[in-house]
Amino acid sequence: MPRYFTEEHEWIDVDGDIATIGITDYAQAQLGDIVFVEVPAEGRELAKGDEAAVVESVKAASDVYAPVGGTVTEGNAALGDDPALVNTAAETDGWFFRLNIADDGELDGLMTEAQYKDFVATL
Amino acid sequence: MRYLPLTEADRSAMLDVIGAPSVDALFADVPAEHYLDAPMANLPPHASEMAVERHMRALSKKNLAAADAPFFLGAGAYRHHIPASVDHLIQRGEFLTAYTPYQPEIAQGTLQMLFEFQSQVARLFGCAVANASMYDGSTACWEAIAMAGRVTRRDKVLLSSGLHPHYVSTAQTMAKFTADEIEYTLPALTAETDFAALAEAVDGETGCVVVQYPDILGRIGDMSALAETCHAAGALLVAVVTEPVALGALKSPGEMGADIVVGEGQSIGVGLQFGGPYLGLFAVRDPKHVRQMPGRLCGETVDAEGKRGFVLTLSTREQHIRREKATSNICTNSGLCALAFSVHLTLLGEKGLRALAAENHRLACKAADRIAKVPGIEVLNTSFFNEFTITTPVESRQLVRDLADRGVLAGVSLGRLYPDGDGRQTGLVLAVTETVTEEDIEVLASTLQECLA
Repeated sequence: MPRYFTEEHEWIDVDGDIATIGITDYAQAQLGDIVFVEVPAEGRELAKGDEAAVVESVKAASDVYAPVGGTVTEGNAALGDDPALVNTAAETDGWFFRLNIADDGELDGLMTEAQYKDFVATL
Repeated sequence: MRYLPLTEADRSAMLDVIGAPSVDALFADVPAEHYLDAPMANLPPHASEMAVERHMRALSKKNLAAADAPFFLGAGAYRHHIPASVDHLIQRGEFLTAYTPYQPEIAQGTLQMLFEFQSQVARLFGCAVANASMYDGSTACWEAIAMAGRVTRRDKVLLSSGLHPHYVSTAQTMAKFTADEIEYTLPALTAETDFAALAEAVDGETGCVVVQYPDILGRIGDMSALAETCHAAGALLVAVVTEPVALGALKSPGEMGADIVVGEGQSIGVGLQFGGPYLGLFAVRDPKHVRQMPGRLCGETVDAEGKRGFVLTLSTREQHIRREKATSNICTNSGLCALAFSVHLTLLGEKGLRALAAENHRLACKAADRIAKVPGIEVLNTSFFNEFTITTPVESRQLVRDLADRGVLAGVSLGRLYPDGDGRQTGLVLAVTETVTEEDIEVLASTLQECLA
């Protein structure tokens, strides 16, 4: 299952038409203790680059953008009760939402894990 | 150093940036007939301070002030007795000089006061959480509509015909700049509220329903069934309270299922003050809605040593952090009015508030019974707290003027509240608070009879 990354520090796992999206471990470490996550509702149509979710830490509130366009199939309900899951498991159980990818072509410009590591090293 | 920093060059540079040809062009929205193109005619030459004071005092004597006459005006602003201790306490330097705390946690006293204010409002409204206050009742009402839109992601808004017309026009003005569709009809002069009709009108697209309690005609409706209908349709129920003293006698909107309860706090601790500054109250029943609330929110916590302390909390909703994505552009509160409200309510206590409410209602019943005996007058309400509507055989707007000429401030005419509303011109809304004496009621009734004779 390929995993992609964005410069906005999101990761995307692609399984067939379905993309699972979260924020990277690097991002959670920068944000600090996460106290609230708002995930998109099922059925919401997102275009690439749309604001999809909000993540709030004790330091700041940030938007999470849709790295690819599509229809939201699920928001991670577990984050409602336990937003700190993003701190402890950013790239696994702390995923934000899943969507049905509208256009595979939009995955083309995204980074691989190695490219993202190099990108983070420059920050 | 020059006091005036702008040169002509500065001005034209700024005008160039925004693309306006002149400063006057910025005021293009002001109709031409309201421009002054010459000095005002008949403006007397300047006078000494003492002469101006004398002149102004003479002018002020032309007023018939609330405290100088039998006074029955309400309709959203109420005259209540404010104990002298309220003014004394709010004028203490520690309170009076403190504006919105920019380094909030250092101002523990201010935060504690806000926390206590919020606790009082939440309890009065039957809600879980109240904010640190807003500008006034009408803007709090709009903020509730906007919040309901964020929660439900729907933009259809049903306003009760019993909502104060000024609140309606605030909502209509704000909705010009949003996608909200507001449905509203003028009130009918009936004894019943329109809650049942509103419940019929709720559908799957309704974002919220806004009712007033007691409503503009003083009627009191049970909103429980309407709340259930709203919830079944995925809509929120917003309740507006313009006379919070009523909640010393009535079941709170939160207990009846209202999701957002807002109101005007003026009637507790804040005087009539020529219409402002007033005090917006805002509370939510369900804690899960807290993140969509507008305004400042004070929270209780413990410090590093485990001692009780206060913080401004959930600030990520607010403009200084979220910018254009904030829940509201209101990022301060009516601090001094909130303090006056809190001090007055603290002095009253629960028992005092109940007694005050009972006294208001007792006098209002007395007034309604007495006025109903005046030939031609009918009392519309079958339920009311301290305010009710009567119908008169003549246009009430003129009647109010005639009564004022005879030294009685007899209420707010529906002709004034609804200048274009057919069939309402005979209506008159009368408020009777503890400041009214039984003699005042007698004077009102006999003067009314005189004017109608």
